[in-house]
Amino acid sequence: MAELTYREAVADAIAQEMERDDKVVFLGEDIAKAGGVFKTTVGLYDKFGPDRVRDTPISEQAILGAAMGAAMTGLRPIAEIMFSDFFAVCWDIVVNQIAKTRYMTGGQVTMPLVIRSANGGGVRFGAQHSQSIENWAMMIPGLKVIAPSTPADVKGLLAASIRDPDPVIFFEQKSLYGDKGEIPDGEHVDELGTAKVVRDGADAVIYALAAMVPRSIRAAERLEADLGIRASVVDVRSLVPLDTRTIFSEFRKSGRAFTVEENPRLCGWGAEISSLITEECFWDMDLPVTRITTPHIPLASADNLEDQMIPSVDRIYETVRAGLD
Amino acid sequence: MWRLQLEVRHLEQRAHDLFLQNLIKGTSHLAVGQEAIAAGCATAMRPGDYTFCTYRGHAHTLVRGASMTGVLGELMGKECGLLQGKGGSMHLTDAEKGAMGSYAIIGAHLPIAAGAAWAAQYNKTGAVSFCFFGDGTTNIGAFHEALNFAVIWKLPVVFVCENNFYMEYTPIGEVTAVEHPAADRAGAYGLEPIIVDGNDADAVYRVARAAVDKAVAGDGPSLIEAETYRHYGHSRADPATYRPDKEVEEWMAKDPIPMYRSRLLEFGVPEKVVGDIEKSVLKAVNDATEEAKASPIPRDELALTDVWADGGSAWRN
Repeated sequence: MAELTYREAVADAIAQEMERDDKVVFLGEDIAKAGGVFKTTVGLYDKFGPDRVRDTPISEQAILGAAMGAAMTGLRPIAEIMFSDFFAVCWDIVVNQIAKTRYMTGGQVTMPLVIRSANGGGVRFGAQHSQSIENWAMMIPGLKVIAPSTPADVKGLLAASIRDPDPVIFFEQKSLYGDKGEIPDGEHVDELGTAKVVRDGADAVIYALAAMVPRSIRAAERLEADLGIRASVVDVRSLVPLDTRTIFSEFRKSGRAFTVEENPRLCGWGAEISSLITEECFWDMDLPVTRITTPHIPLASADNLEDQMIPSVDRIYETVRAGLD
Repeated sequence: MWRLQLEVRHLEQRAHDLFLQNLIKGTSHLAVGQEAIAAGCATAMRPGDYTFCTYRGHAHTLVRGASMTGVLGELMGKECGLLQGKGGSMHLTDAEKGAMGSYAIIGAHLPIAAGAAWAAQYNKTGAVSFCFFGDGTTNIGAFHEALNFAVIWKLPVVFVCENNFYMEYTPIGEVTAVEHPAADRAGAYGLEPIIVDGNDADAVYRVARAAVDKAVAGDGPSLIEAETYRHYGHSRADPATYRPDKEVEEWMAKDPIPMYRSRLLEFGVPEKVVGDIEKSVLKAVNDATEEAKASPIPRDELALTDVWADGGSAWRN
């Protein structure tokens, strides 16, 4: 087992897949010679050369349009949108073109591409560089949506995304880039559409995504240490496809569910999980599903203002404690 | 080229008639009057080249060899349609023939066409990507992003602006900073300004052929502005009353079909040969119409297929 950071795992996954398949190509702003503004793609340009790792102008529509056209005609492109907020300037290509074309053409074309993007807050960048936009992507039929929380999952799920025949939006949480973790030796490929139970517990279940996973684990540890409450934590990992099997089986152990979402409240992924549990696990429910989210606001940049808005370990701890009281 | 232009003309007029009979629903954007561009460019293309076009795309799809029954069937919402009734008039595609889609959001397909050209460049297939769009497209961001991108990457793509002088209902000159919406922008991207009579299929063929040669030689993209005129309105909903009678009259006198017919006769092609092609095209359109009418409507279950590559639409396990 090697220890890598979350950011290093990105380049590690891309390198693994580029070595395996020469149809894998990579484009984006500052991703080649500069190694990415978050240093997530360092070394790829030197290793694979300018034909496969290409810098682009600041032209998000061109980046994603090119990725789509190349995917339709035989390549497996990886495109980087530097900050997920920038999806707003190329959303037509994502929503109307990439997501729909396979369906509209009666399956004539296949769209094996990955769009990677730095998502989420916690680094004081203000409202236009800090959004959690996984819900934007989740509500569009035709897109797979992945958001890992650990270096091992970055590598395994990114590799799986690159191999997948459908378009995948891959959200990297920018506040996690420095986190370290063990990565299995040799080729590592995970499976899309699978959630992971990362902590066992029979008193409640906390569903979390990306940066909210380590916070939920810490809150669960404190709940057990302080109060003897044993909460399980499920890393949802894959919003589309959604692993309802794991979500439901973990729910049925306690009948008490909490979602921890970095996104602003309305239409967050936790609302869908809450709705599914209500429809399909109603007779196992012991408490209403409680959602812990960022309030319905754009994010502020000052330390205290941003920190009090994004769900914290304290808020998760307190909400679960009060819910079970 | 004569046959291709006639096929488009008769197919589009048939589509118009079928609309009036309520056998085609929704909308459609006919290319009657603009046939020479589709025919001239298709003749310059080789098998394996790609076509990307707009919602005014019946012509460009047909001239790549898509079946008439498939086109009419799609317009009529029948299972025999090119897209099994899932796309409709604005999304005609026949990927096997290189017709890589009709795109209904202005500008979107310019970078997509560049992407197909990138794959061709990377795989060294020699394929060229053709991208057709209207004059109105030159004022949207994706046009400019795609041109810059294609030039800096030296991509084998031919951008063809079909300037019919109206962006939907508004004269293009009223909303554009330059006189020639595409050609006057070419210089901004280091490209040669090319303007061609879009109603003359031979002239279109010559500039398209030169652009293919340039792309294949590795010298990058071209931007062609082909001037033309649509005989009908922008879409089914538009009677085009905003166009001055005199202007319409002048352009009707430049109708590409009679113009090309006279040229063939001038060049000594026997009247019978010209006429036989006309008859056979009309018969083909009639046959396709009957076939499409007789085709069943799409099976209900098709609505839930082909979201994903596994053929299904499941979003959960």
